Amino acid sequence: MKGISLAYNYLRIGILNEFQYRANLYIQILQTFIALATGLIGLNLVFSQTTALGGWSKPELLAVMGVFTLIGGIIRAAIQPNMERLMEEIREGTLDYALTKPADAQLLISVREFRLWQIVDIITGFVVLAVALSQLNWLIDLWSVLGFLSALVMGSMMIYSFWLIITSTAFWFIRVQEIANLFEGLYAAGRWPIDIYPNWLRYGLTFLVPVAFAISIPSQALTGRLTLETWFGALVFTVFLFLFARGIFKLGLKGYSGASA
Amino acid sequence: MKRYIDIYLSMMKLSILEQWQYPLANYFYMIGMIAEPVIYMVVWSTVAMQQGGMVGGYTPGEFAAYYIVWTLVRSMNVVFTPYGWEWRIREGQLSMSLMRPIHPLHADVAFFAGWKVVVILLWLPLAFALTLIFKPELNPTLLEMIVFFFAIWFAYLIRTMTLTLIGMVTFWTTRVSALFELYFAAELILSGRLVPLSLMPEWIQSFAWFFPFRWAFGFPIESLVGNMPLNELLIGLGMQIAWIIVGIIFVNIIWKIAIRKFSAVGG
Repeated sequence: MKGISLAYNYLRIGILNEFQYRANLYIQILQTFIALATGLIGLNLVFSQTTALGGWSKPELLAVMGVFTLIGGIIRAAIQPNMERLMEEIREGTLDYALTKPADAQLLISVREFRLWQIVDIITGFVVLAVALSQLNWLIDLWSVLGFLSALVMGSMMIYSFWLIITSTAFWFIRVQEIANLFEGLYAAGRWPIDIYPNWLRYGLTFLVPVAFAISIPSQALTGRLTLETWFGALVFTVFLFLFARGIFKLGLKGYSGASA
Repeated sequence: MKRYIDIYLSMMKLSILEQWQYPLANYFYMIGMIAEPVIYMVVWSTVAMQQGGMVGGYTPGEFAAYYIVWTLVRSMNVVFTPYGWEWRIREGQLSMSLMRPIHPLHADVAFFAGWKVVVILLWLPLAFALTLIFKPELNPTLLEMIVFFFAIWFAYLIRTMTLTLIGMVTFWTTRVSALFELYFAAELILSGRLVPLSLMPEWIQSFAWFFPFRWAFGFPIESLVGNMPLNELLIGLGMQIAWIIVGIIFVNIIWKIAIRKFSAVGG
C-alpha cells in the first residue's frame, strides 16, 4: 500500500516537472506523427504488392502497429527513462542516494522518472487500434477486451523485467548503452507478425527479448487468435521473468559498493 | 597540399588506433544496427515468395544481397551527428577547435574516415555470417566492385556534408530535434534505406533523383547488386561528385556566416 502511494507521488512530481517544458509537447506530437507516417508508408508499400503477409491482412497488421505504438509509448514514458537513470547512477556512484532511502530499492528505482508527453504515443496507439478494429468490423466482446488488457499488462511487465535485467548488468559491465541500442533494434521487429521471421530469430525474440509476447499477444487477443494455453504460458513467463529480474537486480546490489559518492 | 595529406593521414591513424581499442563496443553497435535490415529483408522476402518469387524486380536472394550490402553502406553513412553539433556549440567545445590553424571540419572528416577503416574490417565477419544465414544472390563484376569501392567513400562524403549543414543550424537555435527528425524521415523514405527505390511508386522514384539521399545510400548498394549498365554507373558517380561539390560550397558559405554568430555558451 505504501508502495502505491510512493509510486503515485513520484508520478505526480514527474508530471509537474514535465509541465515546465510544454514546448516539448509539440515536438513530441511531431515525432509521433513522423513515426506514424513512416510506419504507414511501410505498411502500404508491403500491401501494394500483396494482400496478406504471413496470413495477416492489412487491417490486422494495422492493429499490430497500434499495439506497437502503444507499448512503445509505455516503454518510453515509464520504463526506459528509469532504467537509463539507473545505468547512469550505477556508473557515477550516485545510486547511494536512492539506496539509503527506507523503501524497497527496486520499487524506488522503477518509479522515479515519468515522461508525460510520451502519452501522445499511447493515445496515438489507441487511435490506430480503433481505426484498425473498425476496418475489421470488430464487435466488442468482453473476453477479447479482457484478454487484450491483461496481455497489455503482461507485455509491459515482461519488457520492464527485461530492461531491468540488462540494466542490472551495469553493476558488472559499465558500458551497456550499446545493449539498450540493441533492444531498440529488436523492438522494431515487433511491428510485423512474429510468424514471418526465421525460427532462430523467432525464438531469440520470444525468449531473449519478450517483444513477441509483448506485442503479438495483445494483437492476437483482439484478432481472435489467442488461445487459453498461450495466455497461461504468457502469464507463467511474466512471473518467471519478473522474479528472475528481481534476483539479478538484488545480486547486483550486493556487489555494489558505490563508486565515488 | 602535402600538409593536408600529412594531417589527414595522422588523424586517420589516430582514430584507427583509438577505435581498435573498443572492438566489443563497436560490435554491439553494429549488431544493433543489423536488426533493422534483417527485419526489412524478412518482410520483403516473404512478400516476394508469396508473389511467386519476385517483387519489384527482386527475388528473395537479391533482397538478401541488397540488405547485406545495406549494412556496410549504413556503416559508411555514420558521420558526426547533428545532435553532436548542438552539444559542441552548447558546451563551448567548438572554441577549442577554432584555436587550431586548420578548419575544424577537416578533423571530423579525417576522424570518421579512419574509423571507417576499423568498421569495414569488423564488418567482414558479420557479412560472412549474414551470407551463410540468408544466402544472397550476388555476382558482381570487377567493374561493379571498383565502382562500389568509390561509391561508398563518396557516399560518406555526401552524408558528411549534408549532416554538417543540418548540424550547423544549431548556430542559430538549439531547438532542432524536430528538424533533425524530419530530415531523417525524408532520408529513410527517399534514400533506399526502407526499401529499394524500385519498389516505391514512380513519382517518389523521380522525386528522389533530386535529393542527395539516394546518392549516399541506394546508389552504392545498387551499383554492386543491381546489374546496372555502365552509363548508369557513371551517371551515379557523377551525381555523387556533384553533390559533394555542392555540399562543400554550401558548407563553406554557411560556415562563414555562422561563425560570425558564434559565441561560446561555455567551456
